[in-house]
Amino acid sequence: MALTGVEIFKLLPKTNCKKCGFPTCLAFAMKLAQRQASIDLCPDVSEDAKQKLGEASAPPVRPITFGAGDKAVKMGEETVLFRHDKRFVNPCAFALEIKDTLSEADISSRIEEVLNSEIERVGQRLRIDAVALINDSHDVGRFEAAAKIVAKKACDVPVIICAGNPGAAEAAVKLFVDKKPIIYGANSENAEAMANIAKTYKATLGVTASSAFGGSGGGLDELSTLTEKIKSLGIEDIVIDSGARKAKEIIEDNTLIRRAAIKKNFKPLGYPVITFAQRGDSLIEALIGAIGVAKYSSIIVLSNIEKWKNLALFTLRQNLYTDPQVPMQVEQKIYKIGEPMPDSPLLITTNFSLTYFIVSGEIENSKIPSYLAVMDCEGLSVLTAWAAGKFTAAKIAQFIKESGVENTIKHRELIIPGYVAILSGAIQDKLEGWKITVGPREANGIPAFLRSRAA
Amino acid sequence: MAFTPPKETYIGRVHAVTIGVGDKTVTFGGENVLPFHTFEGIAPNRPVIAYEIQDIPPTDWPENVQKPYEGVSNDPVTWAKFCQDVLKVKAIALRLIGTHPDRENRSHEDAARTVRDVLSAIDIPLIILGSNHTEKDAPVLVAAAEAAKDRNCIIGKAQEANYKTIVAAAMANNHKLIAMSELDVNLSKQLNILITQMGFDRERLITDPMCSALGYGLEYTYSVMERIRLAALTQNDIAMQPPMLGDIGMYVWKVKETQASETDLPHWGPAEERGMAWEAVTAMVLLLAGAELLIMRHPKAVEVVEKVIEELI
Repeated sequence: MALTGVEIFKLLPKTNCKKCGFPTCLAFAMKLAQRQASIDLCPDVSEDAKQKLGEASAPPVRPITFGAGDKAVKMGEETVLFRHDKRFVNPCAFALEIKDTLSEADISSRIEEVLNSEIERVGQRLRIDAVALINDSHDVGRFEAAAKIVAKKACDVPVIICAGNPGAAEAAVKLFVDKKPIIYGANSENAEAMANIAKTYKATLGVTASSAFGGSGGGLDELSTLTEKIKSLGIEDIVIDSGARKAKEIIEDNTLIRRAAIKKNFKPLGYPVITFAQRGDSLIEALIGAIGVAKYSSIIVLSNIEKWKNLALFTLRQNLYTDPQVPMQVEQKIYKIGEPMPDSPLLITTNFSLTYFIVSGEIENSKIPSYLAVMDCEGLSVLTAWAAGKFTAAKIAQFIKESGVENTIKHRELIIPGYVAILSGAIQDKLEGWKITVGPREANGIPAFLRSRAA
Repeated sequence: MAFTPPKETYIGRVHAVTIGVGDKTVTFGGENVLPFHTFEGIAPNRPVIAYEIQDIPPTDWPENVQKPYEGVSNDPVTWAKFCQDVLKVKAIALRLIGTHPDRENRSHEDAARTVRDVLSAIDIPLIILGSNHTEKDAPVLVAAAEAAKDRNCIIGKAQEANYKTIVAAAMANNHKLIAMSELDVNLSKQLNILITQMGFDRERLITDPMCSALGYGLEYTYSVMERIRLAALTQNDIAMQPPMLGDIGMYVWKVKETQASETDLPHWGPAEERGMAWEAVTAMVLLLAGAELLIMRHPKAVEVVEKVIEELI
């Protein structure tokens, strides 16, 4: 169980020496309790206290870096069950399965798909993060050959080496030295051998309960015993698979794992979860993937990565991993809606993403091509931004002038949201030669408003 | 260390709501656990998906979702019969969008006639929705509620600006009622309280906390639904215990991702699969957040969501 600030305070030297950068030991203890500072900042704390604190202050879900370099993925560190309590920390990774039974050409083309999967959405670059190479052939030579293709063509993509046979795992992992791969497939039969390989090659170890292979399985109980055993063999970086494959099992196991880690500080399950979502029907696979995104998976393995499916899953991950305390923002600029002409209307609103989506959606519904000036108001909605002094006449006038829209349109009329009708005179004063028109208060009035003007 | 599953016990329960008459009724809600957490409680009813139809031809729907209804959607009665007899759906949601002043501005008498015609052609439960124009919805939904008297329909949506007349009509004609507010837990609770203060039985209410599509504010609906459901179960807040509606189709099928052609945006892949995935993923995620009743459009999207629900219960 995590310690409270006062409990931590009792373990500190209580000298108020300020060497940690905080005014008092108590203030430092409070920061430690909130996980906003590290005990290493205190030079005088005893080793005993450090160990106690280290154990208690370790994040409930162990942080793990998967892969190396620019494409490395951070996992774990989660602190909540519900995103409205606090932001979900590390977005889950999507991995494409590549079976070693495929031909060299097929393996290469799947790698290409992964490499070309990157798209941009609302200012973020999103992609399929990893490859899961599967020893489907149960043949060591074949697995090694497939791994060579992956190592050559996707050298910077994080790799999950899926093999239950330690010989196959070792043959493949040799090709990814210093790349922080995951070796998936440690179970109660091969735990020692797999742990040794993971240790030798500094890989993260993927641990699986026997039910993952269709056995009767001990599920989470067996998994806990296994991770403890593997930890005692010197492996710290672990990802876990309870064996859940059906939608209902994924929700149950992932929920119990996250709860045990966060509410009970149960260390044997305090690791990132890997979910195998592969299905014959790609739309169903998208939905199983969506369950993984919402319900606590850190890695989701897919059998196919069609562009439409990627777009939907990337968007969902982006949605659910945004910070609920920080409004989502869109870029400040003049957006074209439909194919506007120099005489098309120009409307202005703020850059809160929801405001933008609703306003642009209603303009689209009106079927009147328009320009929409979206002004940076730190992600506040119109009324809030106005009240906070971020959507003022002076700022609006400056934005319009600097946006260059005067070169795009031939008229000089700006439609402002009805909620800030009060600004119309002041904007007109500051924007010489412009006419300010007050639009509807609510976005759903936009279609009628624009259509009546066009008529 | 032995593992003891950290199960929760909940003190509240979501109301079960039954709609329709005779042997074709459907029931949703009734659980005393978070969505699909049957490992720690009871969820007696599976979520229900109603197919959306409307009183005027769906010319504003994207082509890919008009296609499955080609030849039947010109007339609400044919359309409803197609849903019932061919698609074998469990419930239908009739949206009286033609009554909107910006659309065809059809009268409340027209709306009542459509409702009567549709009801006489089907025996499965019907959800009757206005055009979401708060002023016009009042007379339209009153007329619709009368036309559907004693068929145990759902009438909606009552909003803060118009709930009084709509609540009275739902009450007088024995219907269930959707109370909608805009993405705010407290507004949603307040509206439910106002409605029950009029004497409306709170066990006949359905909450619509306002839907949003994947990529367009879905996270807001998701968190509002989660918070409402947690209040219902963990705090036993009776004003938060109606089942929740996800009015998926109308939000999903107007976003760019369900419309733009692959020619324009090759990196988004084919529009048909993209549209179905968009609707199905939005639906799935809101089921996880707590929705028990969904209104959807594309038969293929409904089909895959139903298959996964089958796996979840």
